[in-house]
Amino acid sequence: MDHAATLPAAGHAETATGLNTFKVGFWVFLGSETLFFGSLISTYLVYKHQSISGPYPDQVLNIPLTSVSTFVLLMSSLAMVLALAGVQRGNRRQGLFWLFMVAVLGSTFLGFQAYEFTEFYHKGLTLQTNLFGSTFFVLTGFHGAHVTVGVIWLLTLWVQGLRGELPPERSLTVEIAGLYWHFVDIVWIAIFTLIYLLQ
Amino acid sequence: MATAEAEIQAGYHPHGRTGLWDWITTVDHKKIGLLYGATSIIFLLLGGLEALTIRTQLIRPDNHFITAEAYNQFFTMHGLTMVFLMGMPIAVALFNYIVPLQIGARDVAFPRLNALSYWIFLCGGLFLYSSFVIGAAPNGGWFGYANLSERPFSPGPNMDFYSLGLQILGIASIMGGVNFVTTIIQLRAPGMRLMRMPLFTWMAFVTSFLLITALPVLAVALFFLTFDRFWGTNFYMPAAGGDPILWQHLFWMFGHPEVYILILPAFGIVSEVIPTFSRKPLFGYAVMVYSGSLIGLIGWGVWAHHMFATGLGPIADAFFTISTMIIAIPTGVKIFNWLATMWGGQLKFTTAMLFSVGMIAAFTLGGISGVMHATSPHDLQQTDTYFVVAHFHYVLVGGTIMGVFSGSYYWFPKITGKLMNETLGKWHFWLWFVGMNLTFFPMHFVGLLGMPRRTYTYSAELNVGALNALETVGSYIMGVAAILYIWNLVRSYRKGEPAGHNPWNASSLEWATTSPPPEYNFGRVPTVRNREPLWLEGKEQVIADAQAAPGYIHMPPPSYWPILTAIGIATTFALFMTHVWWAPLIGLAATALCVMNFAFESTT
Amino acid sequence: MFVRERELPRGRGLARKAAVALAGLWVALALAGCSGPHPQSTFRPVSHYASTLNALFANTFWWTMLVLAVVWGVLLIVIIRFRERPGAEPPRHVHGNTTMEILWTIGPALIVAFIAVPTVRTIFQTQSAAPRDALVVEVIGHQWWWEFRYPQYGGIATANEVHLIQGRPVDFVMHSADVVHSFWLPRLGGKRDVNPQPETVGNTAKRVNHIVLTPDSIGVYPGQCAEYCGTEHAVMRVRGVVQTAADFNAWLQAYNTPPAPPAGSVAAQGKQVFETHMCLACHTIQGTSARGVIGPNLTLVGGRQTIGAGALPTSEASFQRWITHPQGVKPGVLMPGIQEGAAGMPPTGLTGAQVQQIAAYLGSLRIPAGQPGANPVAGGTPAAATMAPPAPAVPGAGLPAAATSHDSMKSPTTSGKP
Repeated sequence: MDHAATLPAAGHAETATGLNTFKVGFWVFLGSETLFFGSLISTYLVYKHQSISGPYPDQVLNIPLTSVSTFVLLMSSLAMVLALAGVQRGNRRQGLFWLFMVAVLGSTFLGFQAYEFTEFYHKGLTLQTNLFGSTFFVLTGFHGAHVTVGVIWLLTLWVQGLRGELPPERSLTVEIAGLYWHFVDIVWIAIFTLIYLLQ
Repeated sequence: MATAEAEIQAGYHPHGRTGLWDWITTVDHKKIGLLYGATSIIFLLLGGLEALTIRTQLIRPDNHFITAEAYNQFFTMHGLTMVFLMGMPIAVALFNYIVPLQIGARDVAFPRLNALSYWIFLCGGLFLYSSFVIGAAPNGGWFGYANLSERPFSPGPNMDFYSLGLQILGIASIMGGVNFVTTIIQLRAPGMRLMRMPLFTWMAFVTSFLLITALPVLAVALFFLTFDRFWGTNFYMPAAGGDPILWQHLFWMFGHPEVYILILPAFGIVSEVIPTFSRKPLFGYAVMVYSGSLIGLIGWGVWAHHMFATGLGPIADAFFTISTMIIAIPTGVKIFNWLATMWGGQLKFTTAMLFSVGMIAAFTLGGISGVMHATSPHDLQQTDTYFVVAHFHYVLVGGTIMGVFSGSYYWFPKITGKLMNETLGKWHFWLWFVGMNLTFFPMHFVGLLGMPRRTYTYSAELNVGALNALETVGSYIMGVAAILYIWNLVRSYRKGEPAGHNPWNASSLEWATTSPPPEYNFGRVPTVRNREPLWLEGKEQVIADAQAAPGYIHMPPPSYWPILTAIGIATTFALFMTHVWWAPLIGLAATALCVMNFAFESTT
Repeated sequence: MFVRERELPRGRGLARKAAVALAGLWVALALAGCSGPHPQSTFRPVSHYASTLNALFANTFWWTMLVLAVVWGVLLIVIIRFRERPGAEPPRHVHGNTTMEILWTIGPALIVAFIAVPTVRTIFQTQSAAPRDALVVEVIGHQWWWEFRYPQYGGIATANEVHLIQGRPVDFVMHSADVVHSFWLPRLGGKRDVNPQPETVGNTAKRVNHIVLTPDSIGVYPGQCAEYCGTEHAVMRVRGVVQTAADFNAWLQAYNTPPAPPAGSVAAQGKQVFETHMCLACHTIQGTSARGVIGPNLTLVGGRQTIGAGALPTSEASFQRWITHPQGVKPGVLMPGIQEGAAGMPPTGLTGAQVQQIAAYLGSLRIPAGQPGANPVAGGTPAAATMAPPAPAVPGAGLPAAATSHDSMKSPTTSGKP
């Protein structure tokens, strides 16, 4: 019963490709997400240097600080790998610990982002100030929302794990959460490179 | 679910139980297909009524049948309805019903997600139409060009309905796309290789890819508009350096693939109907697959041909001219292959076949005028005139709708077990065909004689009154034809001739199982050995398998979480209209709750 | 083939009847399309630019007609020849034919090439920069009227009628004051969008479009906005007045020294009212204290063929109707009436007498009959007569609104019929 709790019924059947249906579906969804973030990032780039009033990116972007938060997010991907390995091998302690760590690191990243947003606000940059404000907050805001969803998802899995509901045969649910998490991570790398580093 | 299992084993259940609750909670792809179909036919009628109102206003110059404001709302809603609430969902209806049957699957990959898509679509449609209740339907055109759609120039709630309503509908489409791509990749019956799939399934596959890639771009464009309108961002606001042309790019990057989202399913239908009623296999199957895929691919590189007048410079104009013309080549190949399929065949002119042949004739004309638009210097004379209106109505009414009509006559017996009435069907076809040509053919002239589109009236000075009157007469004829169609559907459903499992002697897998198919589609999933499993060797076995008494078959149980989640999502967007910043958060919380329940619901 | 056809008299007859009916319909439509005066017809170019576009279109048209003929021809043959016949053997299952498929890929590809090459050439030809001696006309789109400025002639501004010179290249330099519009004078050439200009740091112009053309025939050529721009998009009309250089100069002359109404006349009272009421907040009239720039410039407005961007033919009665209740003529227009506000402005509160006076005044703002330029296209060929000024021309200044002018109100926009 538990085994199928989050799997579609069709997932039981042998599939045409031998791959898991839920996983294929999720990859397809991530393809769609790529276009979503692609459009957001393109808009940011198109509007780069088009703001008619400050603050401008070089006046507010704090690269050292964001490097730290980027590092935190990268580490969370590593933690995700370890968590999945733990669940797959039936190592409950390892799985639970690293799942929790991913959520903690993700939340830390969100904390950094909240700090960054407030800081910008105090420097006079809001959604409405200029094109930079509009494009920056909407892009990073949507990314932050994705991280938030990920954190909630991971915590949910963690609670399931605590209740002993994450045996190795259910590792797929963790694997798919991991796919999502790595995707969100990669998007951030793109954002960090294109927006922070290549000013 | 012991009860469901017991029922399946007890025997034959066309569509399981049929109470209201069952329809609300169903996750059966066939029922969801029917829901999609019924809903889009209702929207077809609404969009048609809007069209007739438009045509009545334009019956003579300087007419005052409706006001300018009402006219603008009507033409906007006509476009939105026909694209988002009729054209896309009616294709999805057929995908839902037919694709799993064609590939030998018991359901789609994610049945509950499928139900969720439908309910979100319905909520989005209802939300969009609720704008009429307060007399503030969207009035900025289906293309909602910024900055006219921005708060300073559209202060009312009209374009809020637009930006939020399309966002809701987009979610449904992306989910549908994910579901069908996955279904087709994963759930093919043994032996159903990609290059054995029926063309309709192939076109569903390509269309679904376009859905998942094009809709996110629209979502971003709409988010920008929503943020601009509600929170004063600057995306399309020239005063702050924003560029309205950004909207045009984003919108058409979605909008052109959207055109193929609308036409490719019709290509698929015609590619099923023509071989069946020619009693010959499809000519050049592989080329048909490749050309369809190529159209989808190149369809991504032509968006700016909607923007030749925008002023992108000669280099961009030349690029998009050439890419657009190149698309004509695979399209032409498709048409020739259909002709070659019929050549040497024995053509049986059922209503389904008539619509398919009519579709080829009409679509060719639409394609031809498309090449004329691609002649970009002269497009500056054509664009935003009735010449363009003529073009895309030949493609969408002559192509998409005639294709869908063909498909509905073709598959109605599979869906209901009864044949549609052929006499009524032929009346329907001829009235529609004549009405369509009468309505849209003169528009070519009207456009080149200088009448722009989206105008609530025109000066008598233009001397196009007679042609406009003719068009209006044509549209009324189409209205009559549509009523005949509905009547035929209802009448045939109630007292049509029994169809049997394969009334047309067609070749593909959906015709192997009974009509209507049982909830589980196939008693045993047949093994496919070739491209025409019901024509070639092994057909007896395929039919025997398909209609075998089922053993233990696990079907997913019904669920009410899809509809609740859909209501939650739609409410979240609708609550933006309150202009209270935290109001959508309530909807979001409710949605989150539903999603949790959705995720943890047992599907065994 | 013929033998088979004879076996199928019914099908053959049907198809033939259908073909005849269809052809008949087309011919009828083509005739309807070509007969009668069509002042906005793209088929009757009056500039080299518009002719170039038509020539290109002809090329595309005939190639695509060839394709259409082949497809429809084959379709017709197939429908007739391969109808199902009772007792016939089942057809041979042909899965494809590589040679044929390659042929009908190459065929369309060649046709596309025949269309694409001249098209690309024309793209670059028609988008080249304007010659130095071109008449520069700044086009500014407004909801829902057109503003034209002549930077080479002291930056004078006019509205809804653009004066051009026969044989002299013109460079339309276009942007919008509000939303996206599209400037289109069909007989003079293709349209271009009139875009709002995004603000930039250095105020460098962005999104400014050009149309460059040389009008070759004298006449008045109507056009209209071609990009949906809100409620009154349909009534955002424009007229291109192509004149001889002499007539153009006369117009300029009159513009800079506009006629003053004789003292004591109704029109003079109207001038007084105009200059002491809200009117001057939005409108400019050359040589008066009215210098508003929000609404159309009304210098020489009495000489224009229409008012309200094509809403009504110019006449004193039209002016009265327009000033009294503009929303009744053009719902949504951003101009207040005597009792209704609009666009954030209060009602004007003018009395009936004042309205009559202003109407008389506005009607008098024209080059007096008999003087050079009074008929803007007087130097024209007979062809120009197709766009003669509206029948109920402005009666003499000071005349009260005559009952006869009301005739024009019944068909407010039917001007220019010969």
